[in-house]
Amino acid sequence: MEISTFKELKKNLKKELNELPIIKVALLGDNTTQFLATAIQGIAVERGYKIELFEADFNQVERQFLDPTSELYSFNAEYVIVFQSTHKLLSNYNKKTIEDQKYIAEERLDFIKMISNSTDCNLIYFNYPEIEDSVFGSYANKVESSFTYQIRKLNFELMNLSQELHNLFICDIAALQNKLGRDMMFDSSVYVTTEMLLSIESLPYVASRTMDIICAALGKFKKCLILDLDNTMWGGIIGDDGLENIQIGHHLGIGKAFTEFQQWAKKLKNRGIILAVCSKNNEDTAKEPFEKHPEMVLKLDDISVFVANWENKADNIKNIQSILNIGFDSMVFLDDNPFERSIVRENVQGITVPELPEDPSAYLEYLYGLNLFETLSYSNADADRTKQYQVEAKRVTLQKNFTNESEFLESLDMFSVVKPFDKFDTPRVSQLTQRSNQFNLRTIRYTEADIKNISNSTKYQSFSFTLSDKFGDNGLICVIILEKKSDNSIFIDTWLMSCRVLKRGMEHFTLNVIVNYAKENGFKKVVGEYIATPKNKMVENHYQNLGFTTLNEEGKNFYELKINNYSKKESFIKKQNKK
Amino acid sequence: MNQQDVLNQVQEIFQDQLDDESIILTNESTANDVDDWDSLTHIMLVVAIEKQFKIKFTSMEILSWRNVGEMIDNILNKLN
Repeated sequence: MEISTFKELKKNLKKELNELPIIKVALLGDNTTQFLATAIQGIAVERGYKIELFEADFNQVERQFLDPTSELYSFNAEYVIVFQSTHKLLSNYNKKTIEDQKYIAEERLDFIKMISNSTDCNLIYFNYPEIEDSVFGSYANKVESSFTYQIRKLNFELMNLSQELHNLFICDIAALQNKLGRDMMFDSSVYVTTEMLLSIESLPYVASRTMDIICAALGKFKKCLILDLDNTMWGGIIGDDGLENIQIGHHLGIGKAFTEFQQWAKKLKNRGIILAVCSKNNEDTAKEPFEKHPEMVLKLDDISVFVANWENKADNIKNIQSILNIGFDSMVFLDDNPFERSIVRENVQGITVPELPEDPSAYLEYLYGLNLFETLSYSNADADRTKQYQVEAKRVTLQKNFTNESEFLESLDMFSVVKPFDKFDTPRVSQLTQRSNQFNLRTIRYTEADIKNISNSTKYQSFSFTLSDKFGDNGLICVIILEKKSDNSIFIDTWLMSCRVLKRGMEHFTLNVIVNYAKENGFKKVVGEYIATPKNKMVENHYQNLGFTTLNEEGKNFYELKINNYSKKESFIKKQNKK
Repeated sequence: MNQQDVLNQVQEIFQDQLDDESIILTNESTANDVDDWDSLTHIMLVVAIEKQFKIKFTSMEILSWRNVGEMIDNILNKLN
């Protein structure tokens, strides 16, 4: 988990990179950005991508955005990174009258708003690490025209602006400076000799923070935190020390370090990260603190999957994975024991296993620095995720009582609300396009802005599906985007489904809806495509299984279904029109 | 440490930072003689040299050297 040095990142670019998927990225700045570009490209290699980069000439932010014929637009980037520095803003501020200094934040915000509006592409904008110019000392807090006041206002308002503009994402390098310190981030002799505003030492951190956002946009992010118990979640060993003697809470030993650690895990859970436990213990002993210890922050309710036994942890984690049905690369495993960490790291391909510091009081600050849980979206549905996984475990138990699958499905009393996308479900729909890897036919990722455009366009017809049953509501779990290719043919641009609702006959229900729509609007055929990724083998034969015929089109997997011959598929899901 | 010791160490830093083991430095070497030695990689070299010898150059010094020999004199000055 050690971050690479700039030199190592530079070396990454000499490796054989032709196998890696390509991302088109543009980088614009008001300072020398060549090294930053190299660092971002080098980090991308470590994350499994090759960046095709357009780097604008020095100080061209304005021109590149405002000129519709600029290189930026002809390059057609997927992500545009903009790094306008605090330093340059300060020199601009220095030239103004006191009266005008009051407006420096607003002026910059207007500019950012303008460039965001001038492009559809995702903008990754660096916020402003503070420079304290010490003109007023702490009194600057009382003076609106002080640079301190203006820079803090700018960072604050940038957060508001990014909520308003769906294609604007802030890369929080101000937070990074808080962590690393300004004296590490900025090297004055590097600056005066090269116009470079980041020290060589800090470049890998800034690049990593930037790639975190791009990776999240590409669907590579963490969904699950697996925790060891003894000396990770509490101090001491529950099996040896007993309930009264483990360290947690403010009374015993370094208990508060573990309390705060658990509070962090709880916040992650509330944000939608799935918590699981993997511990070498007897199950009853391991659960005892969760049930009986008054100082425990985490309760059994917070844990989606609880595994405590004496098997090896790599196998236990594979077991947890099979219940949750998510990729190993979306899992983080925390354990105080270096031996367990190394077994898991070596035997579970793709999982992230941080080298926790030896001293538990240092866990949190270390974990803060890793920025493991970057995301590109957040919706209220995220908070319910733990419950949904627990409910899934109950469903699995019920299914064991039925020998006939149809009877089981019928007994579930399933209902689905089907409707075109609306403004309330835009975040969730966009998030599903970013999160879903397995049941996803083409794996096209969409931002919220993209989804809005799709629902406003007459070229597209969208459907979102919810699914509820007698155990609870799964929320919005399936997304369909249909593109009207011609008067008689409609193309399935997106068909994805959450893996929580596999094997419920949702595919049949969805196809019935698609065909019904096609029929009512005079289309003669439905065309689908399967684009293979390392993760979506599950749906390789999706269209064949549903009765589509294979079209041979130069190595691409296209399938077609004629509406005339379609007979409605059997499904135990009932359609609910409005909730 | 004498001029030659410093030159040898600086040469190793150049080879390492620029990832080119064929680089041979003399006191007379300039940026024109070494591929990839430009104003930007220069700063990588400077930072690596500062770290190796545990010294810190001023910005003026960094901009003043006309060849490797002058840089080495500067290092020796700081070390003594």
